[in-house]
Parts: sequence; C-alpha cells; structure tokens
Amino acid sequence: MDKLIVSILGVSLIGAIYWFFFGKREEGMEASKGLTIIVDGGYKPNVIRIKQGQPVRLTFIRKDPNSCLEELVFSDYKIKEYLPMNTPVTITLPPPHKDKSGFHCGMNMYHGRIEVTK
Amino acid sequence: MKISFPIIGMHCASCAKNIERGLKKTPGVADAQVNYGSEEATVNFDPSLSNLRHLSNVIAGLGYKAVITGEGAKTPEELKEEAKKKELADLKGKVIVSGTLSILVLLGSFPQWFPFVPQILTNPFVLLLLATPVQFWAGWGFYQATWSGLRNRTASMDTLIAIGTTAAFGYSTLIVLFQRQLTALGISRGMYFDTAAIIITLILLGRYFEAKAKAHTSDAIKKLLHLQAKTARVLRPRVPSRPELVSGPHPESDIRQGSLSASSADRDDMVEIDVPIEEVKVGDIIRVRPGEKIPVDGKITEGASSIDQSMVTGESIPVDKKVGDLVIGATINKTGTFLFMATKVGKDTMLSQIVKMVAEAQSSRAPIQRLADVVSGYFVPTVLMLAVATFIVWFDFGTFSQAFTNMIAVLIIACPCALGLATPTAIMVGTGKGAEHGILIKDAESLEIAHKIKTMVFDKTGTLTKGEPKVTDIDFNAGFAKMGLTKEKIATAIVSLEKNSEHPLSKAMVSYLGNASALMVKNFKAIEGFGVSGAVAGLPVVIGNKKLMEQEKVIRCGQLDKKAEQWMNEGKTLAYVAIDKKHVALLALADTLKNEAKETVNQLKKMHIDVWMITGDNEKTAQAIAQQAGISNVLASVLPAEKAEKIKRLKYSSNEARSLDNSSRPAWRGSNNSRVVAFAGDGINDAPALASADVGIAMGTGTDVAMESAGITLLNKNLYSVVSAITLSKSTLAVIKENLVWAFGYNVILIPVAMGVLYPITGWLLNPALAAFAMAASSISVVSNSLRLKTKQI
Repeated sequence: MDKLIVSILGVSLIGAIYWFFFGKREEGMEASKGLTIIVDGGYKPNVIRIKQGQPVRLTFIRKDPNSCLEELVFSDYKIKEYLPMNTPVTITLPPPHKDKSGFHCGMNMYHGRIEVTK
Repeated sequence: MKISFPIIGMHCASCAKNIERGLKKTPGVADAQVNYGSEEATVNFDPSLSNLRHLSNVIAGLGYKAVITGEGAKTPEELKEEAKKKELADLKGKVIVSGTLSILVLLGSFPQWFPFVPQILTNPFVLLLLATPVQFWAGWGFYQATWSGLRNRTASMDTLIAIGTTAAFGYSTLIVLFQRQLTALGISRGMYFDTAAIIITLILLGRYFEAKAKAHTSDAIKKLLHLQAKTARVLRPRVPSRPELVSGPHPESDIRQGSLSASSADRDDMVEIDVPIEEVKVGDIIRVRPGEKIPVDGKITEGASSIDQSMVTGESIPVDKKVGDLVIGATINKTGTFLFMATKVGKDTMLSQIVKMVAEAQSSRAPIQRLADVVSGYFVPTVLMLAVATFIVWFDFGTFSQAFTNMIAVLIIACPCALGLATPTAIMVGTGKGAEHGILIKDAESLEIAHKIKTMVFDKTGTLTKGEPKVTDIDFNAGFAKMGLTKEKIATAIVSLEKNSEHPLSKAMVSYLGNASALMVKNFKAIEGFGVSGAVAGLPVVIGNKKLMEQEKVIRCGQLDKKAEQWMNEGKTLAYVAIDKKHVALLALADTLKNEAKETVNQLKKMHIDVWMITGDNEKTAQAIAQQAGISNVLASVLPAEKAEKIKRLKYSSNEARSLDNSSRPAWRGSNNSRVVAFAGDGINDAPALASADVGIAMGTGTDVAMESAGITLLNKNLYSVVSAITLSKSTLAVIKENLVWAFGYNVILIPVAMGVLYPITGWLLNPALAAFAMAASSISVVSNSLRLKTKQI
C-alpha cells in the first residue's frame, strides 16, 4: 500500500516539477527606449522585445549574490559584461538584430531571450 | 549641469520620493527626479554651489547609495577583481570551518571504522550540532540561489545541492528528534549528517579551486590592459601672465619647463606637463624619451628612434621610426627622444581595439557549443525528475535507505557547470594565447573553423613578399666609355633623377645606388605609369619602361636587350636608363619573398593543406615568386575585384579553379564539394576576398577595414603565424572536444550509475559523498584542461 502511495505521490511530483519549470508563461517586455532588467535568480523580465533596426539600451542590476549570475553574455553581439552587485550596468545592442537571440549567465545556466518585432 | 546616476538601496516608490525631496532641498539643486523603476536619479544643479560628492553625501545621509562614476571611481575590472578576492577569501574561510566540522561529523558517524573517536562525538545530538553550521552557514549560498531561482521558476546546480543536502540533513534531524516515533513506524534509523556536511564542503572546495583557476583564463586581457601607459608628457601652451598655469586640464601636474629642443619658435611658449592618459587629446604633441612607453597612437613630428613593438605586434626586432612614421601606444621607445602628434586616443588606439577584439572573441560562441546550450536549458529540472523517479523505483523494489541515498546521489552527481564551462574557458585561453603572439582572433567561430582549412590562398604583394621592390641586377652598355661616360656618372644620373620621385621603384634604385652623389636636376618630369625624365649636368636623362624608351626614340643596345629578355623571363620588372637618347644601363627589380615564406608553405603542405597564390601580376612574374616560395598553384592577372569570386570558386572545387582563366564564366551555382578555404591578404582592397573566404587572415597593422573583414589578424606580419594560428585552432578544438566529452560523458555515465542501473548486474551504488567529490572534480578538471592551452607551443 505504501509503495502505491509513494509511486502516486512521486509521479505527481515529477508532473509538478515539469509543470513548474517548463510550463511557465514567459513575460516579455518591450524595450523600445531602453529597459532595466533585474538579475535575481534569473532575469526579470527574461523575454525582451526590441524593434528591428534600432539600437537598444538595456540596464542590468544584479541583486543576486550567486556567482553564476555575475557574468552576462550576449554571444550574438559578442558582449560579455561583469555585473557587480547592486550596480547598474548598461549595454547597448546595435542593429541589425537577429530574429531570435538570447543572453545568459557566465555558466549558461540562466537564460533570457530577445525577440525582434518589425 | 544635468547629471544622471544610479541609486542603490530603494525598496519602494516612497524611497524615490524621499530622495527626491532630499535632493531638492540641497543648495544649488534646481531640480531632481528619482525613478524607482530604473533606480536612477536625474539632477539639475549649479556646479558652483554644489558638486557630485555633496549630492552623494546627501543621498548617503538618507540611507541610500549613489553610484557616481568619475574621478576615483573604480573600473569594472577593479570591481571584479575586488569581488573575486572577497569571494575567494569567503570561500576559503568556509572551506576551512566546514572542512573541520565535516571531518568531526564523519569520525562520529562511523565509530566502527574509527574506534579511537571519543564517545561524545558519536552522540546524535552532537552530530546535529556540528552539522548545522555547515548546512546553514557554509551552505547558505546554495539556499539563497535556490530561493531566488525558484521565485523565477528556474533551477541551477545550487538547487540540486540545496535539495540533496537538505533532504539528507532534514531526514537525519527528524531521526534524532523523533527517533522512537519513527522507529515505531518502521522507518530506518540511519543518519546522513556526514553525507550532507561532506557534500557541502567538497562542493565549496571545488568552487574555491574553480574560482582560482578561472581567474587565470582571462590573464591575456589583464596583460594587455597593463601595457597601457598611465601618463603622457604633453606640450601645452604657457599662459603668459601666470606661468604656473597652463591651458591643459591639470594645472597642478608635474610641470617641466625649458627642456624642449628649440626647433620651433612656437615651442618656446610651450611647457611639458605630465597628464593622465585619459586627458590626452587628438592633436596633442607628446614627448617620449628613451625607455618610456609611448602613451597613445600618433605620428612622429620631430626626432627618430628605435621602437620595441613586441608587446603589441609580437615582432621581436625593434623597428626604426623617423618623422612621419606612425607609432603605436603602449610600445616602448628604445633609443632616441622624439615628439609625436596624437592621432588616436582612448577607445580608438590600437591597444584598445585589440583589447576590445579579444574581449569580443572571448564572449562569442563557438558553433561546437550549440549542443551544450540546448542541454543546459533542460538539465536541472530533468535531473530533479530523475531523482524522484529513482526514489520511486528504489522504494518500490528496494529499501527506503537505498531509495533515499540514491536519490541524493543523483541530485549531487549531476554537473551542469562542467558543460557550461567546457567551451568558453577553452576559447578564452585560446584567443588570449593568440593575442600574446600577435594573432588576433575575431570570434570563436574563426578559431573553430581554422583547424579545418583545406586550401590556403596567399595574396602575393605584401603577404608572401615584403611589398618593397629591390634592385636585383644591373648591367651597363659595354660601349659607355666611348660615349664619355663612366659607371659612376651613370649611377649619379640615376640617383639625381630618381631622388625626386616617391615611386617605390625609384626608392629601390636610390637605395641600391646609395653611394652615388646626386646633382641638380633641371626640367624634372614624372610620367605616370612610364618613368621619369630630366636633365642632369646638361645631359637629357630618361629612366623608365620599354614604352617610354620607344616614345623617346632612344637608340637601343643589343647587349642590354638580351639581358632584358632574360630578366623578364625571371619575372623581374625592368628599368631602362637612357642618357642623351642612348640606352646606357638596365636595372632589374623584384619584390623579394619574405624570409619565412618558404618555411610557411612547407609546413602548410605538411599539414595536407593546398597552397595557392593569387596576384594581379602577369603569369611570368607570378610564377617566378611562386616557384621561390614552393607554390605550384598560381592564379595570376587577377584584378582586385575578382579575388573574392576566385576564392568562392576555390571553396567548392579547387581543381576547377586551377584551370580557371579570367574570361567571364557563369558564377558558380552550387556543389556539395565544399572545402574550407582561407585567404591571407594585407590591404583594404583585399577586404572582399577576406570576407568571402571561410577564414580571412589579415596581415596587418590593424587597419579597421581589414580587421573587420578578417576572422584572424596577424599583427606581427610574420607569415609563419598562419601556421601558428592553425596550430592554435587545432589545440583549442582538441581541448574543447576533450572538455565536452568529459562533461557530457561524466553526466551521461554517472547519473545512471547514481540511479543504480548497475546494481542488478554488478551490485554497484554510488555513495553521495563520492558523488560530491566527483562533481567538484569535474568542473576543476574542465577548467584545468583549458588552462593547459597556455603551455602549448604554437
């Protein structure tokens, strides 16, 4: 009986983990004139919508001491910045922008996405 | 004056209002706005009544912090350095304390193995007491990261460690506190304090070593930044009434007067002052003395010297520079004193461009990394699900204890960090190593492709050759004595005339006949594309090509005509010399091959790379140079605009291109026979070819256009660096592959082992503490393997 209960609970837990991590709705934000992104357990917001053909200024403020997040990498733009704690760091993404590109922390554990609108 | 700066420490919109009020009350502040969303203040103030420090103090007085950059502010590099030092010191302290406690917990947990252990240490309450600081003090960072991640519905390695160790610690605590009740329920009495404590200690120890090793992966950039001079000795006009004040930005700086060479009357009104490098402006005249670093890029206006450029270009021999020559910032002046005019300062200097390019290359992504990128997004949640699945299966088919330890082992063994570090660390060390040798790599992709090069195409002039023609032979008309001439007189006529021309061929002739004296020339005329003419000592002299001789109706000399034919067949350029309408001498000129060209071609052939030469020269000249270099594949008479098209064709079929002539053929339309083609060229006109090759290699002094179009720039102009760049690419790729195999293999093999798949066959299970050790070792081994590149010979 206990085995059955553990099995049911376990499978439900697996389902819950799947839903929790993969089922989230990503909240995107327009960054037409610039945007401040809070780095705390990830990037908030982590989906940034930008306009094609326009440079974009993004300001990152790291509030998370996790050393994984101390580096910010935009591979497609060849940008790598060190993010000191609680200090805004502004980067400019020059056009042309790829339709979809991303950014991530130094160890590639936390991710953000950039979507281009026409 | 209006200024914007970030503010730290606000937690609500009323904080912003509070700061705004405080600022507005400050004397001299006309207006202030504080935005809570962007955490930024914009202040309009009168600089004569207030200053930035004052504003910063006002904000600090309210309990917040203004981040005002400017004088005395720390650069991001300094902040990073500081943070890294602090992190290392923190980690060290934690490792020592948690290490000591963990050993005590381990000893107390297994009295059967360690009979010498005092009885008190085996008491479960004592173990709980010893393990608690390890779990919640040393391991606090894991909880912080997990919590902030979960709020964002993301997970990282810290999540796995926090869950794994909390499960072990929590379960053991329950056993200690409710031993009787749980035993009555039939739950195992095993405790896992040792597992939790040792895991945390080992992971922290791993992070400590990893942080130490990672600090060295960016050594190259640090080295480059350290090359920069801190001050420059600039000439600034003296203010007549107040000689102690100069119009420069730093009146209090070290002022030296009267030490100028009195070559210019204006300079009497100038003083030399040492100014910080950031304040040097374009157009400033700067003095550099022997042994000093040249502060910025510029052009010599007075004096000459020998300059050691090895730190920037990798060239080992000092280069002689005179008035009009360009000097590069951060290089060292060896012998003479000179003045130069700053032409590029700040971000535009060559050193800054190099630093920028290396930093960009280090942050670019190698295509080989793609798989690791895809995996990393799903890794941690998948491991969490696998851990639960492990628990279920072991609980159903084994014991609770097995289910529990295997679940923890799965959580702990998974190492996404090794995957994340595998490629970037190798790229960082590889590109840094290249920069140290004067090989600038634009992006990780170029570094990755370079090892696949199958065809190498060299531009001739300036790349394979020195780009400076030299006189190789000279012959005189045997009957010159009858004309009342001597060899010396002929040489004098040539030098007198050619000294007036700037043409490279003229310079070569003057340099060859340097000992001959020069006379006044009357009616000098440079006939573009043909030669020069004029009167020396009353005699008409014409020097130029055959066509010019025909035009001037010069009487030919059979003996010299024979020589002309022979030298032309050798691919040399000819200069006919006629005095008084008679052909009296003939000079042969040729561009000479770079010393290292032959060795480079040989090495490339040994690497099974097809070597080609492409040039605008005629077939004969091209073949002559190619033969000297040991190249059998030649594309001659190619116009600069056609080079890119030829490269494209070579990409798809080198055999086809071999037979290409210059007639217009339909553009290539597709083939699967693609080969990786590299093109090495030196000039702006090579930019299209550099861009159309798979790997463009610019032989350069760092001109923007060539550097932009090329994937690799050889600052040292040494052709052999082509071989070095390919070797570097091979070594880096080998390291990346080793890292990826290790990182993937480690996870792919050890996660199933931790789950216990080998148990039915071999009876093997993975101890969670061993898993922690392996996990820590995997990240360190990946970083250490990348650092191995530093010692590779290229």
